[in-house]
This record gives sequence, structure tokens and C-alpha cells, in this order.
Amino acid sequence: MIRFDEVTKVYRGTAKPALNSVSLEVLSGEFVFMVGASGSGKSSMLRLVLKEDRPTSGSIHVLGQDLNRISSRKVPYFRRNLGVVFQDFRLLPNKTVFDNVAFTLQVIGKSKGFIHEAVPDVLAMVGLDGKGERFPHELSGGEQQRVAIARAVVNKPAILLADEPTGNLDPTTSMGIMTLLERINANGTTVLMATHDAGIVDRLQRRVVELVGGRVVRDERGGGYVTQAIPHVQPDIVIPAAGPGVTPTPTEGLR
Amino acid sequence: MRLALVLGEVGQGLRRNLSMVVSVVLVTFISLTFVGTAILLQAQITQMKSYWYDRAQVAVYFCTDFSTVGTCNQTAATPEQIAQVEAQLESATLAPFIDAYYFEDREQAFENFQEQFEGNAIASLVTPELMTEAYWVNLVDPTQSQILADALSGLAGVESVVDQRSYLDQIFDILNASSFTAIGIAALMLVAAALLIATTIRLSAFSRRRELGIMRLVGASNRFIQTPFVIEGVVAALIGSILAAGAVVAIVQFFVQGYLSQTLPQTSFVNLDDALLVVPVLLGVGALLAAVSANVAISRYLRV
Repeated sequence: MIRFDEVTKVYRGTAKPALNSVSLEVLSGEFVFMVGASGSGKSSMLRLVLKEDRPTSGSIHVLGQDLNRISSRKVPYFRRNLGVVFQDFRLLPNKTVFDNVAFTLQVIGKSKGFIHEAVPDVLAMVGLDGKGERFPHELSGGEQQRVAIARAVVNKPAILLADEPTGNLDPTTSMGIMTLLERINANGTTVLMATHDAGIVDRLQRRVVELVGGRVVRDERGGGYVTQAIPHVQPDIVIPAAGPGVTPTPTEGLR
Repeated sequence: MRLALVLGEVGQGLRRNLSMVVSVVLVTFISLTFVGTAILLQAQITQMKSYWYDRAQVAVYFCTDFSTVGTCNQTAATPEQIAQVEAQLESATLAPFIDAYYFEDREQAFENFQEQFEGNAIASLVTPELMTEAYWVNLVDPTQSQILADALSGLAGVESVVDQRSYLDQIFDILNASSFTAIGIAALMLVAAALLIATTIRLSAFSRRRELGIMRLVGASNRFIQTPFVIEGVVAALIGSILAAGAVVAIVQFFVQGYLSQTLPQTSFVNLDDALLVVPVLLGVGALLAAVSANVAISRYLRV
């Protein structure tokens, strides 16, 4: 579904790579948490999956397509297979909830009839039944994020990318959002979620990929935010970007 | 459905930065008015050239008692010398180039002079003796005056051979210079208009960057994203072009036809048909300019 092969990303003007030869495979239908400190490369990975950026080296395959080979003209059509949710919701303030969700379908050229069927369905699915005529500022943060999720999944994407979707929400509301994301995942959508929220990761017990300084240091199925497994101590692996107080726990053997 | 959406976006964009749109309209209006005027001025020059060049004559001036130039030596040309020139004009070598010619003696030249400078102080100072006798020659092809000059200027009693077109050329040079000035100003203004359109479109895109970001995220095609902006620029520029076309037609209708041709009835001026030919050119230039600069301006927002 998503495969990174030795992907390195160095942003211009910086010496330290944001991603350092990352290899990762995400299978269809998986729910993957990406954890790590700020600047560890989680957002860079999501941007690369979206083809908002190209890797400095290495190749990325998403949905069977080599992202290095997609022409920039084809990128919009590629993106129609992905849904994206952000921490800051990114709703259009001057459009109603219904129009925010419908906008996605309008700009990719869906018919009016399709829109009027699909949008109420997806709003009901995210639990916003009857709130279609509200404006974003009239909704709570959790409800706004539900609108954003509805917008992301209304086109039935194969992959949902979520960049700290609960970052702005209180724990109770966050759990509601997570229940929704799990439901979407249960319907067959692959979910890739970057998060700092230890409580959520620990509770859901899904696959966890931990990044430190642009390297994958842990890839654990059913893991928590901090690994419960006894770390292999491998002194020859030097993680250059480990900040003070962070003790990276490379556990290559736990895959 | 999509068309309505695109047009809705266009309307929104035009309303959102109305003052910039107005400035685009004004700048295209003025620059295209200059373009139109320059084109019409060129048309006028061509028209006047063909009119006047056909009427331009070559003058063969004879010596007077006062002239020292040419073959003259302060002695007037004798009737024999004049007859010799006429024989040359009738000869087989020159006759094919000559459409018509006539002789103007001192009395006639004096009368013409008095008529031409009526009311001028110089008219009272001139006597018939001071006037020059001349042959006035109409050529079949007015550009071949050099043949006549070569054949006749060496003859005894001939003071000079003058092509009237050399006087006209000065006038046309001035007109040409003014038309090139208009073209130069028009080119500068068009550059300004193109930059202004690009800036306006950038501003419009910036004020809609949230929508643009979401559009790109959900996979709206580049064409779909850029079309509203291009249409926005083209609409603004077309309004300016229509105003410019109106201005050019009005100038021809009221100033050239209404005033100039009344004042100078013997000169033929550009008419409304010429002005109407310029209109599609102006509309085309305006639309093309806007489409290209809007496309360039928006392409920055489409890069992935």
C-alpha cells in the first residue's frame, strides 16, 4: 500500500536530513501510529506520501505507483485516492459544513446528484447528522475535526493520512475522534496517523512506528507510545539527532 | 455544475479585490487606446502617402538673372535652352516615364505665389522678375524622379530638378516619429498592464490560499484551479479593451471625421471602417495579454 525504500529527505539549506534512509512498508487495511518528538520526521513522511515534496534519494510507492515517476500533471489525480486530516482542521470558514464537504467533490468534478447523496451519508457517519447548515465557527473543536474527517473520506479514499488529528482536542473528544478513525479503518481504509498522544497509542494497541532524528528506531505491532519490550542494547548504532534526555531504544529485532 | 462553480469563483475573485480590478481595467484601457491610436496613425500615414505621392510633381527650375547654382551663371535661361529641355522631356528615353508636364512662366509663378502668400508681407516684396520659370512634370511612377534629375540637371540653363516628395518626406517623418512614440508608450503601458494583471492575480490567489491549499490537497486538477484566475484576468482586461475600442472609435468619429475632415476637407482621413478594423485587434491583444500573464502568475501556486 505504502512502501518507503531507503528514503532520505534533506531540506534545502540544512545539513541534517529530516529523514535518514527510512524503509517502511504499510499493508492494506493497517492502522499505523507514527510517534516521535517534534522534528523527528513524521510530518515529512506524510508530505512525501502526499507527494507534496520529493525525496532526496530513495523511492516511495503508494497504491502501486512509484511517486518519483508521477508527472506533476498527474499528481492531482493521484491525490484523489488519499484523504488527509490535520491538527488545525483547515476548514473554509465562509462555507457551511455541508459545503465544506461538498467542495471536495465539486472540485474533482462529481455531479450534483452524487454530492447530494454522498455528503449527508458521510456527515451521518461522522456523527454530524443535521449540522450540515452550520458554519465551522459554530462548532466545537471535536465537531470541526469530524467535518475535516468527513471531507477526507467522502471520496472513499484507500488511504487516510492524519497529522496529529487530536493535537488540539481534549482527551474525551480525542477518544471520540479515534473511535471514528477506527471505524473508518474497519471499513478497509488504511490509516497512517502521526501523533504525540501517548494515551491514545497505549489504549489502541496498534502498530507503532517510532522515529528519532529521521530514523525508524522502532516498528512494533500492538505497541504502546513507549515500548514495553526490553530494548536490545546495540552500542554500535549511533543515533546522531537524539536530543538531551531522550534515550532512543533501537529494537530492530522486534519487527 | 463545474462551469457554475468556476464562474462563481471568478465573481468572488473580482469582488474581493475590486480596486485592483479597476486599476487593471484602467491600465489596459489607456495602453490599448495608445495601441489603437498608433495603428490608426500608421493607417493615416499610409493613406496620406499614397494620396500625396501620386500628386507630387517634379519641378525643373530654370536659371534666373540672380541664380548661381547649377549650370547658371547669373544669366536667365534662354528660350533655346528651355526648348532643349522640352525636347528632352519629349524624347524616347524620358517620355515613357512621364505622365504629363506643363510649363510655368514667370507671370504664372508670380500669380501662384501671390495667391499662396496672400496677406503675408513677403508678397508685396516679390516681383515677377524674381520668379523662376519651371517645367512641372507628373511621373508615371512617382518614385522614379531620380531619372529625371540625372537626365536634366546637367543641361545648360537648368538651375535644379526638385522632387516635391522630398518636402513631403519631412512631414511624413514627423508623423512617423509621433506614431512610433505612440507605439513606444503603448509598449511600455502594455508591460505595465501585464505586470499589474500578474500582481492582481497573485493577490487574488493569496486571498484564496486556503481554498487553493484544500483544492490541491483533495486533488483538484491544475486546469480547474487556474481557470477561474485566468478568466478573472481576461474579464478585467476585456473591460479595459472594450473601453479602449470605444475610445478609438470615438476619436475617429468625433475628432477625425467630425473636426479634422471639416477643417481640412481636401485631405482624406481614416474613417470609421478603419477604426472598426482596429477593434478586434485591441480586444484580442487585451485578452491574450491577460491570459498569458494570469497563467504565468498562477503557475507558482500550482507547483507541487
